[in-house]
Formats: sequence, structure tokens, C-alpha cells
Amino acid sequence: MIDLLWLMVDALLVTLLLILGWITCASTDIKRGITLFTAFGLLLALIWARLRAPDLALAEAVIGAGISGALLLRAINDHKPLGSSTPQRSAWMTWSINLMALALFCVMSWSMWLTLDQVDSTRLSQLVLSQLDDSGVSNPVTAVLLNFRAYDTLLELAVVLTAVLAILALSPMRSAFQPAGVLLTGMLRWLVPVLIVSAGYLLWVGAHAPGGAFQAGAMLAAAMILLHQGGYHSGSGLNLMLLRVLLVIGIALFVGIGLVMMLLNQSFLDYSPGWAGLLILVIETAATVSIAAALTLAFVGGRPDGWEPVTDSSNPSNSAEFNS
Amino acid sequence: MISQQLLYAIAGIGLFTIGLRATLLHQQLLPRLLSLNVCGAGVFLTFIAIAYQGPDAVADPVPHALVLTGIVVAVSALAMAVALGRRLRMLDDE
Repeated sequence: MIDLLWLMVDALLVTLLLILGWITCASTDIKRGITLFTAFGLLLALIWARLRAPDLALAEAVIGAGISGALLLRAINDHKPLGSSTPQRSAWMTWSINLMALALFCVMSWSMWLTLDQVDSTRLSQLVLSQLDDSGVSNPVTAVLLNFRAYDTLLELAVVLTAVLAILALSPMRSAFQPAGVLLTGMLRWLVPVLIVSAGYLLWVGAHAPGGAFQAGAMLAAAMILLHQGGYHSGSGLNLMLLRVLLVIGIALFVGIGLVMMLLNQSFLDYSPGWAGLLILVIETAATVSIAAALTLAFVGGRPDGWEPVTDSSNPSNSAEFNS
Repeated sequence: MISQQLLYAIAGIGLFTIGLRATLLHQQLLPRLLSLNVCGAGVFLTFIAIAYQGPDAVADPVPHALVLTGIVVAVSALAMAVALGRRLRMLDDE
């Protein structure tokens, strides 16, 4: 009986998710689309919680729904709707895309149906759980992220840094918001300290319960984004040198600790036994700061010191080439 | 247990194809980015559905860590795509 009830809940969640995904993709009004996308992210967070992935539920609620939504809403004004002159796909093209999508769905579902009960998916999880005591933390996801597969996380930080460098090189900072009204300012005074404390809690608790550097970093970034929207110019008090240090500190410390471990243990990122818990906490703290700085800059959209990238019009020979 | 795994995995595949189809059909940047993110969410859902081991067992933490990495990389890619689009728009205006 209980199983049947759970199955009904699952079916309801899946149906809602598919409908939300469909109307998010199909909506022509972009504001409506972004709002639906935020709702989609929150529903997905619920589904992660249902599938016993609370770390993901936290990350999805903050990043997938919150920060992505804020980023996209801020970008609406960059792209004025092109009006009725938007080119449409030809009917033939639309039909072939639909047909291809349907065929792809059928083939992939069929192969999933055939293979799902034949793979032994417990092997890796058994391996992780049996080695958990040596990892220095007791949350298996944090152990995988920062110990067993630390290379992945290191390279992920490199990807985030590269994306932010590209954003900084591409465009100037977006114009700031007006100072907020009394109501929003009052709410910010309550919310921002709570967010900062929650970020610290998530970072600390990540060692033995759901949480960790990504969730904490995203929550700090959310506090900064809220301040920015309330008209506090978060960039003005921050000099460029400090910003560079904040952006790089996560990956620099990670590589530094990896190299020291290579000198001590002959192997990159192979933590000494007994020190693993402390080293993971140090790396996570630095990564939190870097991720928060990166996501805040991604939202602000450029360097906070007013520097602007060189445009083609300032280079006469270049623009002449374009015109000819 | 297997039926729930299958239900969520096939929902993930469905979400992937819905997103992929809309990404190919849309011509403007922002709707395209939205669709691409829905498409990515489908991939994540399939991954986590396979990691789910039933209500009493601990789920496989390796796909969880991979998807957590994926969520952060996805938001970085989204931010960079938005910045590229903004730059193109600025060049068009000149």
C-alpha cells in the first residue's frame, strides 16, 4: 500500500516535471520562460531530495533555480526582442527535428529498459563506502569530491575560473541598480547575515552531512547578488588586486596542497593519513571564497573598476577591414 | 525499486529530448539557453536515477559528485554564453 502511494507521488512529480520542462522550452515570452525555469529548478530540487541526493537538492535550489534565474532575468535587457522579423525554421526543418527527437527518445528509452537491471551499479558505491574511514570526512559525496576524485573538482574550479576570465574580458560591468526602497533594504538587513551564517554552516557541516563548498559558495554569491540588487554597489569597495586573489585562491591552494603532498607522498593530491580532514576543510574554505567571487562577477557581468574592453571602432584599420 | 529507477531514468531521457528539440528549433539566444539547460537537467536526472538504490539503501555517491560538478559547470557556461551574447549585441549597436 505504501509502495503504491510512493509510486503515485513519483508519477505525479515526473509528470509535473515533464510538463514544466515542455512549457519552459515552448514559451515565446522570455520573462515567462525564465520564471517557469526557476519553478522547474525548484521542482528538480524536490526530486533530488526524493532520490536521496540531498547535496544535489541544496545545490539545485541555490544554483539551478536561484542564481541561474537571476542571471537570465538580468540578461533580458541585453536582447531586445527582435519583433516579428525573427526568422522561423521552415516546416520541413521543424518536422525533421521533431522526427529526430522522437526517434532519439525511443532508441534511448529502449536501451535504458534493456540495460538498467543488468548493470551492477553497486560496485562503485561499495568501494566508496568501504574506503570512507580513510578519507577524513564521513559524508560520502564530499569524500568523492575532495578525496577520491579530487582531480575532477580541481579541473572544475579551473573551468569556473576560465569562464569568469572570459566574462571579465568580454564586457564592462552592468549598470548598477537604483538604491532600494525601505521594504527591500529592511529585508536585506535580515536576509544577508542569515545567508552568510548559513553559508558558513553548510561549509562546516559538509564534512559529515549534506553540504559543502559548492553550496556554501553559491549561498555567499546569492547574498552578494541580493546586495547588488538592493543598490549596494558591491564592487566599489573591492580593489582589483583583492578580487584577483579571491578568484584564484581556491585553485591555487588546491594545486599548492597537491604539490606539497607530491613532495611528501610521491603522488599528486594524495593526502597524508590523519591530515586529510583538515586539508579538505582548508581546500573547501578557499574554494567557497573563489566560487562565491566567480558567481558574483558572473552576475555583475564585468570588472567592477569600470574598465571596458577595446571595441573594433577604436581601431581604424580593423573597422576599415570590416567595412570593405 | 527498479520500476522507480526506470520511471525517473526515462523521464530524464524525455527531458533531454524535449530540451534538445527546443534548442534546435529556437533562433534567439535566451530561449535557446533555457532549452539547453532543460536538456542538461535531463542528463542529470538520468544519472541520479541510476544511482538510486531504493528507499533503504545508500545511493551511489559517485554520480552525485559528478552531477554536483555538472551543475556548477552548467551555471558557468550559462554565464559565459550570456556574456558572449551581450558582447555581440554591443557590437551590433555600434
